[in-house]
Amino acid sequence: MMIYAVMTLSVTGFLAGLGLMYASKKFHVEKDERIAEVNSMLPAANCGGCGYPGCMALAEAIVKGKAPVNACPVCSKEETKMIAAYLGLSVSASVRRIARVRCNGGCENGIEKYNYYGPRDCHSVVMLGGGNKVCTYACVGEGSCVKSCAFGAMRMGKDKIPVIAPEKCTACGACVKACPRDLITLLPEDKPIVVVCRSKDKGPDVKKACKVGCIGCKMCEKKCPVGAIDVDSFLAVIDPSVCTVCGICVEVCPTHAICDLKKTKI
Amino acid sequence: MSLFLLFVSAVLVNNFVLARFLGICPFFGVSKKVETAIGMGLAVTFVMAVAGIITWIIQYAVLDRLGVGYLQTIVFILVIAALVQFVEMVIEKVSPDLYQSLGIFLPLITTNCAILGAAIINIQSGFSFVQMLVFTIGSALGFTLALVLFSGIRERIELSDIPFYFRGLPVAFITAGILALAFMGFSGLVK
Repeated sequence: MMIYAVMTLSVTGFLAGLGLMYASKKFHVEKDERIAEVNSMLPAANCGGCGYPGCMALAEAIVKGKAPVNACPVCSKEETKMIAAYLGLSVSASVRRIARVRCNGGCENGIEKYNYYGPRDCHSVVMLGGGNKVCTYACVGEGSCVKSCAFGAMRMGKDKIPVIAPEKCTACGACVKACPRDLITLLPEDKPIVVVCRSKDKGPDVKKACKVGCIGCKMCEKKCPVGAIDVDSFLAVIDPSVCTVCGICVEVCPTHAICDLKKTKI
Repeated sequence: MSLFLLFVSAVLVNNFVLARFLGICPFFGVSKKVETAIGMGLAVTFVMAVAGIITWIIQYAVLDRLGVGYLQTIVFILVIAALVQFVEMVIEKVSPDLYQSLGIFLPLITTNCAILGAAIINIQSGFSFVQMLVFTIGSALGFTLALVLFSGIRERIELSDIPFYFRGLPVAFITAGILALAFMGFSGLVK
């Protein structure tokens, strides 16, 4: 009787093994060994900052040449160089970028429209009567961006405006996507002069809503020596590729909407 | 019992997850998103149906004839494990995205008690081949239904304001309990 038991098991096992052998040949997936190697050099944060779904996908794109070697915003220069050396590629120099919050209308500066008691999520606030602030461009301060940050580089400031720790920010862009008001932008680290306002309302309307909003007075546009500032629909926009960080616009701005983020913390 | 009643009983009344409490591991593990829940449900449906057919044939054609019925559990597990390997290969080839989102839970279908449970219940209830097919597909669909319903609820829970200590799995367990209670309303529908 025992022979039956042994035979049943071994024959079933053998047949299953045979079937799997055939299947593994039929459904064989070609895998480049370098993909796993590059993946191990990436930070494994899976933040999606490069635009690919996770580090594995980026590793595949880099190996296949679809993405540049320095596509990972989280990698340090040394790590990027390591990957480039492994693949025998050269890296082009790129300036580090960090996320900048472009609103300063917190509890102190911005005027509130109503008290919000709902789900603690920016998107919910924005859906309710255009947000809890008079300014419809303002940060609503529920911290969806803070929750999205996988690197602990963000925290909610005292006046309910998120604060970014520049040394921890990796420019992955998660907070940029998380903000329903599109208030966070990735800007070059060496150009810290930023218009900390996104309001396209006319001057008087901005003044009613916020103490530190851009009223579109064009003072900065006139005084900028290199013409880096352009006022479009009552909002000043600095072109970081032209800006020389002279600081004149910061001084002339009557509402202090332009800040040097290296000197002032907002 | 007519085949239709058998089907309804397998999907709703004796739902594998919510009434028999089998296959709880993927029920909590892969139910964070509706999309992955559907993918997992389909994978389980396929494995369950094919495993049901093969184990039924093996039971009556081999085990009973040779008088080695006591090997039932180990042979069934062997068949299921091989099938899961096969499904894993196919999914990796056909849909790498689904493969990644299912992650560890794909090989874990092997030890998913719902699959072995279905195979053994088929034999214990003395189902004919057609009855067995209806029952396994019904229970697999019931499993998928429970998974999709639960993932839909969990997607909503993600957005709601939950007391700190209940966030994540605790509230998921409570929800699952309430969902199982709701499914108890079907009991008595089919004897």
